[in-house]
Amino acid sequence: MATEAAHGAEEGSSLVFHPMDQFIVKPLFGGTEVHWYTITNVTLWMGITVLAILALMVLATSGAKRIPSRGQSIAEMAYGFVYKMIEDVTGKDAVKFFPYVFTLFMFIVFSNLLGLLPMSFTPTSHFAVTIVLALVVFLTVTIVGFALHGAQFLGLFWVSSAPAAVRPLLALIEVISYFVRPVSHSIRLAGNMMAGHAVIKVFAGFAAIAAVSPVAIIAIVGMYGLEILVGFIQAYVFTILTCVYLKDALHPAH
Amino acid sequence: MATETHDAVEGAAHAAESAGMPQLDFSTWGNQIFWLIVTLVVIYLILTKIALPRVGAVLADRAGTIANDIAAAEELKQKAKEAEAAYDKALADARAEASRIVEATKAEINEELKAATAKADEEIAAKAAESAKAIDEIRAGAAEAAETVAKDTAAELVAALGFTPKDDEIEGAVSERLKG
Amino acid sequence: MEGDIAELGKYIGVGLTAIGMGGAAMGVGNVAGNFLSGALRNPSAAASQTATLFIGMAFAEALGIFSFLVALLLMFAV
Repeated sequence: MATEAAHGAEEGSSLVFHPMDQFIVKPLFGGTEVHWYTITNVTLWMGITVLAILALMVLATSGAKRIPSRGQSIAEMAYGFVYKMIEDVTGKDAVKFFPYVFTLFMFIVFSNLLGLLPMSFTPTSHFAVTIVLALVVFLTVTIVGFALHGAQFLGLFWVSSAPAAVRPLLALIEVISYFVRPVSHSIRLAGNMMAGHAVIKVFAGFAAIAAVSPVAIIAIVGMYGLEILVGFIQAYVFTILTCVYLKDALHPAH
Repeated sequence: MATETHDAVEGAAHAAESAGMPQLDFSTWGNQIFWLIVTLVVIYLILTKIALPRVGAVLADRAGTIANDIAAAEELKQKAKEAEAAYDKALADARAEASRIVEATKAEINEELKAATAKADEEIAAKAAESAKAIDEIRAGAAEAAETVAKDTAAELVAALGFTPKDDEIEGAVSERLKG
Repeated sequence: MEGDIAELGKYIGVGLTAIGMGGAAMGVGNVAGNFLSGALRNPSAAASQTATLFIGMAFAEALGIFSFLVALLLMFAV
């Protein structure tokens, strides 16, 4: 009854909130079933992400000029940014992971920013995507850590600088925090993206009411600017945390 | 009542389905994960095969060029410094040479001047001596003449007064007066 | 009628979880403010610590995002 009333009220008034509808995964070419191979809006926007990366990193650098063009400067800046990050945070010996980290960074930053286009879809606002990204990092760190250091990698959990009495307790906390890492790593990114888009959508709902629409539109503009910043910062944070975790794999000593 | 509850529950379930979180619709996870992996692999291949080697090469090339240019600039600077040092040295040499020449010339001129002065002094001294001699002679001549004139005048005066002049007396008196 | 009470509880719960976001806001503000005061004391060391700043902010923010997530789960999934 209550829901029906709510439905009736929703249809009656102009204030309609569907902030989560923008995240629905839909097949692109008709049908309602989503199989694992179905071409959906996820496919479309991931494809656009790939094309954008292709345009920036390959087409813009095609001249490979010593004095760069505008596009080439941006590509070089991105390269230098991630390279310096991994060198500073993880260490010089981690440069072999650079293509991998750079792939993550480019995918996330382009997904975030392209997702801000109106009517678009943001792959990184989905837990399915970010959890895979975070799990890949988690598995890489764990496998590389054990491959390089064997059982010594477990020393990561044994804080030898702490008093002996509290070490087992600390080890337990460290183990838990180690396994929580992929969770926070993925939920941070998806949550930020989802929150920003949902907030913009809620303001857009208010914009339909004439009395508050100017305020709502100004708020949307403000949120939009904030979201551009957040989209970049979250990509940065995801990448730098990947570097921090990789440092644990390469230098597990506390 | 029972039907109402049933309706409400069904309605709620329906609402949750339509407005729930699409992120938690696990039926789409397989699809997303599949396309994500495809995307990541494609991006990874694009980056490792084409983009990163190219950008890395450009950056390395630029770094090399800059390093070379800086080295060349350093070299040119060094050369400029050397040239400046050489110029300074040449300038200092020239100055020293000039002052040496000035010294020498000054000494030479002094020498000549001294010689000329000495010669002139000598000549002047000779001339002065000669003149002094001539003056003495003239003076002696004049005195003698004066004495003769005085004697003659005295003799004439004595004769005019009617006396017979006596040569020795007149001579003695004139010389006495002239001495006085 | 049980449905109504459940709805009521749900929305009260959503409102309460939203308070958690305020905690995260304080945490992030604390991180940024302390970084700024430190950076003004020793500006030469600030540039090397921006990565730490962002990592700290990310950890503080993640917890707020968790409460946001709980709110969303209550709103849409429960």
